[in-house]
This record gives sequence, structure tokens and C-alpha cells, in this order.
Amino acid sequence: MLEHIELFFKSIFIDNMVFATFLGMCSYLAVSKKVTTAVGLGAAVIFVLAVTVPMNWLLDQYLLRDGALAWLGPEYADYNLSFLSFILFIATIATMVQLVEIVVEKFSPSLYNSLGIFLPLIAVNCAILGGSLFMQSRDIQTLGLAFNYGLSSGIGWFLAILAIAAIREKIRYSNVPAPLRGLGITFIITGLMAIGFMSFGGMLTGGDEAVPQEEVVAVVPTQEVSGLTADAAQQDLSQNENETVQEDSPATDNQINE
Amino acid sequence: MGILSKKDAALILDPLADNNPITIQVLGICSALAITAELEASIVMAVSVLFVMGMGNVVISLMRNIIPSKIRIIVQLVVVATLVIVVDQVLKAFAYELSKTLSVFVGLIITNCIIMGRFEAFALANGPKRSFLDGIGNAAGYGFILVVIGFFRELLGSGTLLGIKVLGDPIEKTGLYAFGYENNGFMLLSPMALIVVGLIIWVQRSRNPALIEEN
Repeated sequence: MLEHIELFFKSIFIDNMVFATFLGMCSYLAVSKKVTTAVGLGAAVIFVLAVTVPMNWLLDQYLLRDGALAWLGPEYADYNLSFLSFILFIATIATMVQLVEIVVEKFSPSLYNSLGIFLPLIAVNCAILGGSLFMQSRDIQTLGLAFNYGLSSGIGWFLAILAIAAIREKIRYSNVPAPLRGLGITFIITGLMAIGFMSFGGMLTGGDEAVPQEEVVAVVPTQEVSGLTADAAQQDLSQNENETVQEDSPATDNQINE
Repeated sequence: MGILSKKDAALILDPLADNNPITIQVLGICSALAITAELEASIVMAVSVLFVMGMGNVVISLMRNIIPSKIRIIVQLVVVATLVIVVDQVLKAFAYELSKTLSVFVGLIITNCIIMGRFEAFALANGPKRSFLDGIGNAAGYGFILVVIGFFRELLGSGTLLGIKVLGDPIEKTGLYAFGYENNGFMLLSPMALIVVGLIIWVQRSRNPALIEEN
């Protein structure tokens, strides 16, 4: 239960689709001129993400990943089809979007009228494919967690587009420098909002959890530290070695002399 | 431009400036922002998109008369996805470290709106040669912005270009660092990518007032 709550808030605020990974920026910029249309698109994104991420989780688990075909029999256990994941994920998404469109049109015409025009757009929204790809690369463990991840990333995207649409409605009355009007100022506002959202980063690591994390970092410094720090560490080591060698050598000389 | 007529040359040159996919058409923003903290990653991304767009535009243009218009989106997605798998496998084989840096963003070329946008707007209505030029032109316009953003973010953020320390060594205090210059680590964080794009748009539109939008 705790991991569900953690994943939920993490995907909404810390790993927010728009502000942390820039997914779905195209529709985010294009459809955020009015709050009502933004709400429609945001709702459609939540819906489609919550459906497609668990679907693709099943595909990944039982068809694509290394050894996933073991349920067919031991002779299939060596297959690794993960290079096919792009094409299968996008096919799932495109068909699901079509299917959802048909079902919604049949059973809830009013919802269809509010979501309808946005549904086809969503098939090529990078937030949807990104959700599935991040689900795969972050190695989400259970179907429930995958559903949770899809739903909460969708909610995060919804919040982002709602916020920017509200700001853009207001900014129409402000005196923006002419070359920045429209697209330019939207970029800069999104950047500032992203800086604001970065402050959520301490939410899950603050307090009690900070202690075990430090321990983990302390255990594996030499193996996975990247770039500069690794070099610096190596330099330190080699310097230490040099010093010890230098200290040793006169001593041995002395011994020999004696 | 001896081989190309004036109209064909315009197909390549227009997207580089006044019809740029990122700053004017607002397409393909996601990847432009996420992977530009280093110049090298930006260049690889630009080349990958160039390949996928050039080839994809040709394939779609060759098939344009046999694709039923109702299912064209799925056909387009399958063509792009196949090309992207090729790019992904090549990167994994020859530049594994880099493919780790780009992570999911190679896959996200599939949903890069530039590619779908050009398929819909151009390749479905034009012959293979012109479609190829259009694809190359738009991908080059996209890549150009990517390289500009990557250049500034890596230079100001970590003081390097393609991993080479051009501003001197920050630890041993040589070059500019001897005068008290510090790297602006903020440039490496994701929000600065958005602000850099905003500034590029500002510069471009103040040089060419015809591009200024109504509020």
C-alpha cells in the first residue's frame, strides 16, 4: 500500500511528465490556449494512459522481456524480443485509442463530444508512449503498480496543462514584449514552473528516508560514480599510492644502508 | 545548387530559418528539451531524426496511393517505428554509453510530432524526391536548433564541448577559472532548456518581425 502511495505522488509531482521529462510538449503547447479545451485533452490523456500502461505492462511481462516466453514451455525461455517493444507499444496505443473512441462514442455520446476531437491526437502524444517506455525502463513490478503509474502520470500531465492554460488566459491582458508573445513567453513560463516543481524533489527523500539512501551511496562509490567524481576519486587514490610509495622507498633505502 | 531547382532548394532551406519546425511550427519539442544537456547527445539525436525523417518520408511517399486514408495513422506509425528500431539497434551496437544517455528518447522519435506532421502535410501529397528533400530540410532545421541549445547548455553548464574542456580546468583553476569564473550548474537542469528555447525564439522573432504572433 505504501509503495502505491509513494508511486502516486512521485509520478504526479516529482517525475511530472511535462516539467521533469518534457513529454507531450507538442499538445501541451498547442492546446493550452483555453482552460476548457485543456481540461478535455487532459482528461483524455489520463484515461488513455491508465488503459495503455497496464496493457503494455502485460505485453512486456509475458511477451517481450528476456525470458518472458517461458510460460509457453522451456524451449522458449531463451527468447528476448525486447527490440520489438517500440512497434508493439505504439500499435497497442493506436488500436486502444481507436477502440476507446468507438466505445465512448457508442455508450456515452456526451463524453465523446467533449473528448472526441482529442482522442485521435492522443495516439501520437509522446506522453502516452513515454509512459509505456518509462514503465519498461523503470522496471515496474506489478500490474497494479503499472495502472497506478499510468493514472498518476496522467494526472500530473492534466495538472500541468490546466495550470499553463489558466496562466495563458490571464497573460493575454499583460504587456509582453512583442517577439515573445505567444510561444516564447509560454516556454519561459513553463521553465519557471518547472523550477518550481523541482522543489518537490525533496518530498520523498526528506526526513527518515535520507539515512538509508546515504548508506547506499556510501557503499558503491567506486563502481557507478560517473564522470568527474570518478576521475577525482581515482586521482586521490593514485596520489595516496604515490605518497605511500614515496614514504616507503626512503625507509627501505635506509634499511638497506643500515 | 546545380542539381536542385529553386523550388527544391527552398524545401531544404526554408525549415532552417523562417519555417523552423521547433521555433515556428512548434513540433518535436519533447526530445529537443530532454536530451540537450550535452552537445554530443544533441548531435546524435539530430542525425537519428535526419535518418528517420528522410527515409520515412520516401517510404510514405512511395506508398501514398495505396494507403487507405482511414488507417493511415497506424501505417505511418508502423513505418516510423520500424526505422526507429533500426536506429536504436545501431546505437546499442556501436555507441552503447550514448544509447543509455538517450534512454527512452530514442523510442520517442516515433511520436516526434515533426515526423507525423511532415508525413501528413507533405509526403502524402508529393513524390519521393521532393518528400525526401522536405524530410531532410525539416530534420536539419530541427537538428540545428538542437545543436544550438546543446552548445550553450554544455558550454555554460559544464564548461566543456563534446567533453573537451574548452574553458580550462575547474579543479586546477586554469583558463577562465583562474579569473574566478564558475560553471552554472543550473544550465544542466531541465527547466533551463525551456528558457533557452524561449530566448532563441525571442532572438529569431525580433530579427524577423513578420513572425510575431498576435496575443
